[in-house]
Amino acid sequence: MEAILIQAFNGLSLGSILLLIALGLAITFGLMKVINMAHGELIMIGAYTTYVMQTIFTQYMPAGLFDLYFILAIPCAFIVAALVGMLLEYTVIRHLYGRPLDSLLATFGVGLILQQTARSIFGAPNVGIVSPSFLEGGMNVFGMTVPVTRIFIIGLVVVCLLILAFYLYKTNSGRRTRAVMQNREMASCVGISTRRVDITTFAIGAGIAGVAGAILTLIGPIGPAIGTYYIVDAFMVVVVGGVGMLVGTVVSAFGVGVMNTLFEYWTDASMGKVLIFVLIVLFLQWRPSGLFSLRTRSLD
Amino acid sequence: MKSVVANYMISRKWLLLALVILLILLPFVLSDFRVNLLGRYLAFAILVIGLDLLWGYMGVLSLGHGIFFGLGAYIMGIHLKMEASSGGLPDFMMWSGMTELPWFWTVLQHPVIAILAGIIVPMIIAVILGFFTFRNRIQDVYFTILTQALVMVTVTLLISRQDVTGGTNGLTGFSTIFGFSLSDPATQRVIYYVTLGCLVIILLICSRLINSLFGKALIAIRDGENRLRFSGYDTSMFKVLVFTISAGIAGLAGMLFVMQVGIISPTQIGIIPSIEMILWVAIGGRGTLIGPVIGAILTNSAKTFFSESYPDIWLYFLGAVFVIVVIFLPGGLMSLGKKLKRRNSNEKGQTNSKADYSAS
Amino acid sequence: MKKGKKTEHTRLIAGFIGLVCFLLMLTACGDGGEAASDQAEAQMHPSETGEEVNIDESEQIPVGILHSLSGTMAMSETSVYEAEMLAIKEINEAGGVLGKELVPIVEDGASEPNIFSERAAKLLQQDEVDVIFGGWTSASRKAMLPVVEDNNGLLFYPVQYEGMEASPNIFYAGAAPNQQIVPAVDWLLENEGTEFFLLGSDYVFPRVANQIIKAQLEENGAALVDEQYTPLGHTDYNTVISRIRESEPEVIFNTLNGDSNVAFFKQLADAGITSDDVTVLSVSVAEEEIRGIGADVLAGHYASWNYYQTTDTPENEEFVAKYKEAYGDDRVTGDPIEAGYFMVHLWAQAVEAAGTTEVDAVREAAAIEFNAPGGPVVIDSDNQHVYKTVRIGEVGEDGQFTEVWNSDEPVKPDPFLEEYDWASDISGTLAGE
Repeated sequence: MEAILIQAFNGLSLGSILLLIALGLAITFGLMKVINMAHGELIMIGAYTTYVMQTIFTQYMPAGLFDLYFILAIPCAFIVAALVGMLLEYTVIRHLYGRPLDSLLATFGVGLILQQTARSIFGAPNVGIVSPSFLEGGMNVFGMTVPVTRIFIIGLVVVCLLILAFYLYKTNSGRRTRAVMQNREMASCVGISTRRVDITTFAIGAGIAGVAGAILTLIGPIGPAIGTYYIVDAFMVVVVGGVGMLVGTVVSAFGVGVMNTLFEYWTDASMGKVLIFVLIVLFLQWRPSGLFSLRTRSLD
Repeated sequence: MKSVVANYMISRKWLLLALVILLILLPFVLSDFRVNLLGRYLAFAILVIGLDLLWGYMGVLSLGHGIFFGLGAYIMGIHLKMEASSGGLPDFMMWSGMTELPWFWTVLQHPVIAILAGIIVPMIIAVILGFFTFRNRIQDVYFTILTQALVMVTVTLLISRQDVTGGTNGLTGFSTIFGFSLSDPATQRVIYYVTLGCLVIILLICSRLINSLFGKALIAIRDGENRLRFSGYDTSMFKVLVFTISAGIAGLAGMLFVMQVGIISPTQIGIIPSIEMILWVAIGGRGTLIGPVIGAILTNSAKTFFSESYPDIWLYFLGAVFVIVVIFLPGGLMSLGKKLKRRNSNEKGQTNSKADYSAS
Repeated sequence: MKKGKKTEHTRLIAGFIGLVCFLLMLTACGDGGEAASDQAEAQMHPSETGEEVNIDESEQIPVGILHSLSGTMAMSETSVYEAEMLAIKEINEAGGVLGKELVPIVEDGASEPNIFSERAAKLLQQDEVDVIFGGWTSASRKAMLPVVEDNNGLLFYPVQYEGMEASPNIFYAGAAPNQQIVPAVDWLLENEGTEFFLLGSDYVFPRVANQIIKAQLEENGAALVDEQYTPLGHTDYNTVISRIRESEPEVIFNTLNGDSNVAFFKQLADAGITSDDVTVLSVSVAEEEIRGIGADVLAGHYASWNYYQTTDTPENEEFVAKYKEAYGDDRVTGDPIEAGYFMVHLWAQAVEAAGTTEVDAVREAAAIEFNAPGGPVVIDSDNQHVYKTVRIGEVGEDGQFTEVWNSDEPVKPDPFLEEYDWASDISGTLAGE
């Protein structure tokens, strides 16, 4: 019984990480139809931003304030990644709206450049960070010990999700975003600046990737190539969830997370990975446009 | 209109002829090592013809051609490994505690079976995959991402079943091919010309195909699949067919590749190589058969040149080429002349370069 | 009609431009081959950057260096490459080899085995080097093996590996299993416990290493509680950690590779499992990896190597100082870095002894003792591996190792484990060949 509970928690925890890396993609891919292969590199930028914050704190701040670095790193990672995202949108992506497959190739190239840039700035080996002390140790939940880090990640994902949902559904600029994504011409006709919406939306998607990067430093490596570990998983989550629907991404992230953990528990990690991908392929045969999708009567 | 098409064909023919003559003559001036490299590029060039049929003409982007390329390469690799170990167990099987050869290794011992399998097995897999995927109308981006998932599955399986596949080490240490020593420059030269021959034959067959009604249907699928479907064509069967053909071509390319490189490992067929293959098509010019061939040879020569001399710069360069080609030169090198000309002549009203490549 | 004709012409032009480019590229390649211009070389011959370096046979000896400077393995191999360059610089400053200057020709293996094979062929055939220093992964070594054998070149390989190989054209400067894994298991059995959990990345080295360990455990009557493999680059270790909790091992023998170590150790620490609860002994975590993982989560765990930055020899003191001086004070050395450094010196001394760089003569003369930073090393003339001292170290809070045990004297390399009866099932058929 306890084993099942622990595995359920592990699944939830993996799901939250998947959701975090897929959320930014759900916006850029789901809402804007841009396949951003450089998403992984935006995650990397977030991770390195955290590393830089730590370095600044160890060098210039009193030791007592050290734990604060991580709290500050999260918004910083958002801002840095969002700025890079804006630059990317302005130089590359804006030429490619309506050409999703071309955007895939171009952003893959951007990803290569960003990776190599990171390698020349920070060196090829991984860099390390020290987790803030308030995230150390375990907590007792329903009689099992779970790492505080994992709880923190789940909490942060929920917060990100709430902020994003609030932005998209309750604020004016969020409504404009959805309007543009649903019908660009019509939105443009009623006076919405589609250019501005595009660039903001892309920046937000990139920023969330940055936050994901900051969080991932707690549980994984920080190096030039870390984006490549996450990018395919992130795409799978978005595609399974259904393009253009945040709720789909949420359901699919936790679904994939729990399934993956279970498969891994029943078999081993390699087979677990194979099974989950096979399952995704089969699932798409059954529902080609994912769990949830916008209904539309248009064909082409 | 007819003469336009004819002229167009003639120019392609001359270009092809020049290219082939050049490729026939090059081995006489290059060192053995360079010829061997060029032979590898030609294997890639064969691969991209299939990809171009699929993407350039039909608008279906597969990021999973590494799988078919890898299947062909692994099948030939297994055959060569069997020749090298003369029926005994390869070393990696011994460490993994295997005591006898798996059945598909024994089957592939026969050269004819190996060659046929290298083409047919990828095709069978492509038929099965394509049939369900295209029947279920998984389109565009979804198909592309689905193929990525398949690459992940294949690579993970290849690595984790190392008792029969050699794992991350892949298959290497071949000695002879059909009885001839692989390290002998003469054998390598023969393989080079065989590769060139395969390239020319496939190029000719495919250009035949493209200029037939069948080819028109492919372009129609790219430009407006639903319209074609409403006209009574079964578009998904076309897609399955082309997907299968291109998988077979990729398998052949894989076989020729492994003969010249002497190694096949999972990194060669992963996600990044699969995307790089697409780049070769894009650089040369999608929707022109000869363009991607030139693109593959050119990009790989550049890769060798840059990474021999400036390993750091290569990745920047590769990345920049991806961006530049996609944004500024969607027609690839083949459209370069047209582009330059347009810039020179100040003709008005020629702003729509998208028209040709509305595919994606 | 007119438009069509224009298109035709322009396409033709475009095509020919393409062809011309291609030709240029090929000729450039032909020249570029000899022009070994690389940033590293630029450091050494600043005046020759980007120009062709013509090897003057009477004054210079070309040597090949082939590591991944890009791709996923760059994070480990870059440092080894730097150590090799340092050794070459030292040798040149001391007057070179046979009175000639060593000229390194650097190639990038790009973390892909087939590129390793291609570049090894280029170095041996085109640049006509007699020796290549390079490789890291087993895959890269296996890829270069047929190339160096066919061209009768020499490869010096700097990393510990799974054994079961002894090519006459390869010198193995890293540890064979009996110089790292076997003594580590013995030490663990004696000091830490008898219930083993084997955790590795899913590829050749961990699989073979674990075969060996399982046979050794059986021989010693110790228990194997679980054996898990995760795909390369795996980053979620929750499930593995759950299994560790359930099976309650006394020892985890860790053969994870690269980035996975970071994820595993961080998550193990997060789960509240410390070195007091279970001992983790790693064979792929050196000083440089510790910096990427964070010393705080590793403290108290062990590693088995032949060299640590803290190893107390006069040669090491000098080596560490030189390495830091050349590449920065914040850099650390480690076992593969040390191996990369001493194998260049070993080769140079063998060449001096042979009086030529010619491969067969060097191989004959290679049984030379050299005082490496990690203690004296000698090449075993039977299998071309190196006699090395085995050392087990504990990770401290500062990310450096404290040696807790060593083998006192260099251990004879035994890649096929012929000396160990319990390993006969694994090695028997292979060694018989």
